[in-house]
Amino acid sequence: MTRQMTGAEMVVQAMQDQGVEHIFGYPGGAVLPIYDALFQQDKVKHVLVRHEQGAVHAAEGYARSSGKVGCVLVTSGPGATNAVTGLTDAMLDSIPLVCITGQVPTHLIGSDAFQECDTVGITRHCTKHNYLVRSIEDLPRILHEAFYVASNGRPGPVVIDIPKDVQFAKGSYARPMSNQHKTYRPQIKGDMGKIQAAVDLIASAKRPVFYTGGGVVNSGPEASALLRELVRLTGYPITSTLMGLGSYPASDSQWLGMLGMHGTYEANLAMHDCDVMICIGARFDDRITGRLDAFSPKSKKIHVDIDPSSINKNVRVDIGIVGDCGHVLEDMVRLWRAQAPQVDKAALGEWWKRIDGWRARNCLGYRNDSKVIKPQYAIQRLYELTKDRDVYVTTEVGQHQMWAAQYFKFEEPNRWMTSGGLGTMGYGLPAAVGTQMAHPGALVIDIAGEASILMNMQEMSTALQYRLPVKIFILNNEYMGMVRQWQELLHGGRYSESYSAALPDFVKLAEAYGGHGIRCSDPAELDHAILEMIDTPKPVIFDCIVAKEENCFPMIPSGKAHNEMILPDFEGKTGDIIDAKGRELV
Amino acid sequence: MNMPMKSHYSDAPKAQPQARHTLSVLVDNEPGVLARIAGLFSGRGYNIESLTVSETEHEKHVSRITIVTTGTGQVIDQIKAQLDRLVPVHRVVDLTIQGEAIERELALVKVVGTGESRVEAMRLAGAFGARTLDATLTSFVFEVTGTTDEIERFLRVMSVVGLVEVSRTGIAAMARGAEAL
Ligand SMILES: Cc1cc2nc3c(=O)[nH]c(=O)nc-3n(C[C@H](O)[C@H](O)[C@H](O)COP(=O)(O)OP(=O)(O)OC[C@H]3O[C@@H](n4cnc5c(N)ncnc54)[C@H](O)[C@@H]3O)c2cc1C
Ligand SMILES: Cc1ncc(C[n+]2csc(CCOP(=O)(O)OP(=O)(O)O)c2C)c(N)n1
Ligand SMILES: [Mg+2]
Repeated sequence: MTRQMTGAEMVVQAMQDQGVEHIFGYPGGAVLPIYDALFQQDKVKHVLVRHEQGAVHAAEGYARSSGKVGCVLVTSGPGATNAVTGLTDAMLDSIPLVCITGQVPTHLIGSDAFQECDTVGITRHCTKHNYLVRSIEDLPRILHEAFYVASNGRPGPVVIDIPKDVQFAKGSYARPMSNQHKTYRPQIKGDMGKIQAAVDLIASAKRPVFYTGGGVVNSGPEASALLRELVRLTGYPITSTLMGLGSYPASDSQWLGMLGMHGTYEANLAMHDCDVMICIGARFDDRITGRLDAFSPKSKKIHVDIDPSSINKNVRVDIGIVGDCGHVLEDMVRLWRAQAPQVDKAALGEWWKRIDGWRARNCLGYRNDSKVIKPQYAIQRLYELTKDRDVYVTTEVGQHQMWAAQYFKFEEPNRWMTSGGLGTMGYGLPAAVGTQMAHPGALVIDIAGEASILMNMQEMSTALQYRLPVKIFILNNEYMGMVRQWQELLHGGRYSESYSAALPDFVKLAEAYGGHGIRCSDPAELDHAILEMIDTPKPVIFDCIVAKEENCFPMIPSGKAHNEMILPDFEGKTGDIIDAKGRELV
Repeated sequence: MNMPMKSHYSDAPKAQPQARHTLSVLVDNEPGVLARIAGLFSGRGYNIESLTVSETEHEKHVSRITIVTTGTGQVIDQIKAQLDRLVPVHRVVDLTIQGEAIERELALVKVVGTGESRVEAMRLAGAFGARTLDATLTSFVFEVTGTTDEIERFLRVMSVVGLVEVSRTGIAAMARGAEAL
């Protein structure tokens, strides 16, 4: 049914028609008509953040934890530029977002009008697609198309820049039958010939490994279920990237832990020595491959990815399958079940024996301490005390993020929200706000560093306003620990500007915001303090004072291969590990 | 009585006559220079009808960009000022206000057909002074050079006799007379 309405009303109507329940935003002159339209309805709930970067990260957390498209509304100029970091973050981590920005009236575009900036120009490279809406006639189509583009194919952020005169203009709106784009049609089904070839190669493997990533989470929970099925059918070992954690249960015996720069010894050596690598929805990032010429030199590689440009981008593969991994996994499982191929049991037995040897190295072991809380211990206790609950974890960026990835065990997808590709400090708290909005009854924890948390601390106010009982668990080492670690390894221990001086009193800060503050520095009191945090029905800042100069190991130093990892029991001078060439790589 | 104020921004100005201008822009041929110029036009909402680029002085790495745009007098002045403001831009010359400039465009035109239409295509191409670059029993590729209007006319007649594909260079332009840019 076609109805006459203003552009601003169309924005809100299209959101309703798309089933949007929450939109994260911040008002300003160039979006006032849209705020007015929001005011006059109650289907789409607006969440007022305290900084536009927070709005985008909140929408990312919301999207990643729920599988829906995250929505953002910001004003022109500074509103739009503040959103840029969040948009770039969503771009690199393939998070589906629709971000509406206000713009000065059409006739003033290009005149350096008040709060004008070239939003589509600025965001061209950090969005999957963007639009400047020049006429009311185009608006309904663009609004719906944006949701299609954001969520189909490789997901990503889409910006719709709407000049104020278009928001006021009247036009006819009809809910389109489909929101497809006229030409953009990502390939969903994989090529059956290649899938069969992949199944044959998988069946013939003697030293196989599954290497999976964020694409499995992007594809939805069915993809994770199919992945589990295929991995169990084959009996092969599996590892995952930071972005893929949870799509395979960490408690399973075939799970090797995360791979990559801070991945486990067994995962990285299995990748290095395998003869068949089955990459599903991961993108051969440099944190994974290390030195490209030494990356898994003896293997045949299969790569399933929905983005054709991901295939053969960094690493040449033998079988590249373009398609949605859920669909491809379904075909693989079906073929495997129908053909019931004979795997080389003897060779696989040998392979598992070698893997068990690597596992016995206990690469995540660390020296605990009875006086000081070790950060690894803090995460282990946090995991043990929350694992039976409905828990979602977000993180900031740094050592604490890696320790969380290593020591917190995820059993389900969509439970782990972290900034992987861009590595944005300040992501975790707003992402927790968005996650809690999507899962009101759940326990949502932001595992934070004392430096990162200050980057979007203001979102505590948002948490309070909407009664979102998020828990901020700060591993406070008084350092930008990840930076300090690199300075120790690469720059002679000259800790240039990496000490977190003049920190606020986090307990008082929590109270100032109206939340609850807890400080703990004694390992003996840690469990008790964590339980207090869990039982507090409002936002909590937990200031966990940990060992200051702990390094995050295992680590593949830059410029080294997978089989040249530094392990936690490394005894020697850390400053000597990386040579000049490695220093340049970083 | 006044309408309640809906916006702090000024109203749209009354429509003004628009004119077509051809600009020659000399730029350093450095990476990203074309993106800067294209971004300037899209970001500020200016039109580009035609844009042609090629390095013209290899030793100095200077490229000449010919842009055909339309806008009101005020907008055209802004475009020139905005272009001139870009760091890698050496000079901006408005060939249209310097007097009637020479403008030429080249088009490659593929025509498919047999029998009478094929003969007709050949005859018309001759009349327009087009060169035949490729011929098979069922097709021709013609090259035609001229002003935009001439090319448009050629394409119109060719569409009647089997035009299937066109590739155009965009405009190259130069002022008349002894003076150089
Ligand atoms: C301090 C720090 C340290 C880090 N250390 C590590 C580390 O040790 N180990 C590690 O793994 N990462 C690490 N990272 C993260 C790293 O930078 C990358 O973000 C991450 O490795 C990329 O994960 P991914 O390959 O799963 O790709 P993603 O970025 O999740 O991309 C997903 C891929 O799947 C594809 N895809 C999307 N949807 C689908 C679909 N439906 N079907 C099929 N394919 C799809 C996409 O096209 C893309 O190629 C670190 C980050 C930081 C900030
Ligand atoms: C916005 C931003 N600026 C700078 C960096 C570089 N950086 C990466 S980790 C890090 C230190 C983080 O310190 P903290 O939050 O205390 O975490 P820790 O490593 O100590 O656990 C910095 C500065 C970044 N990732 N993001
Ligand atoms: Mg720190």
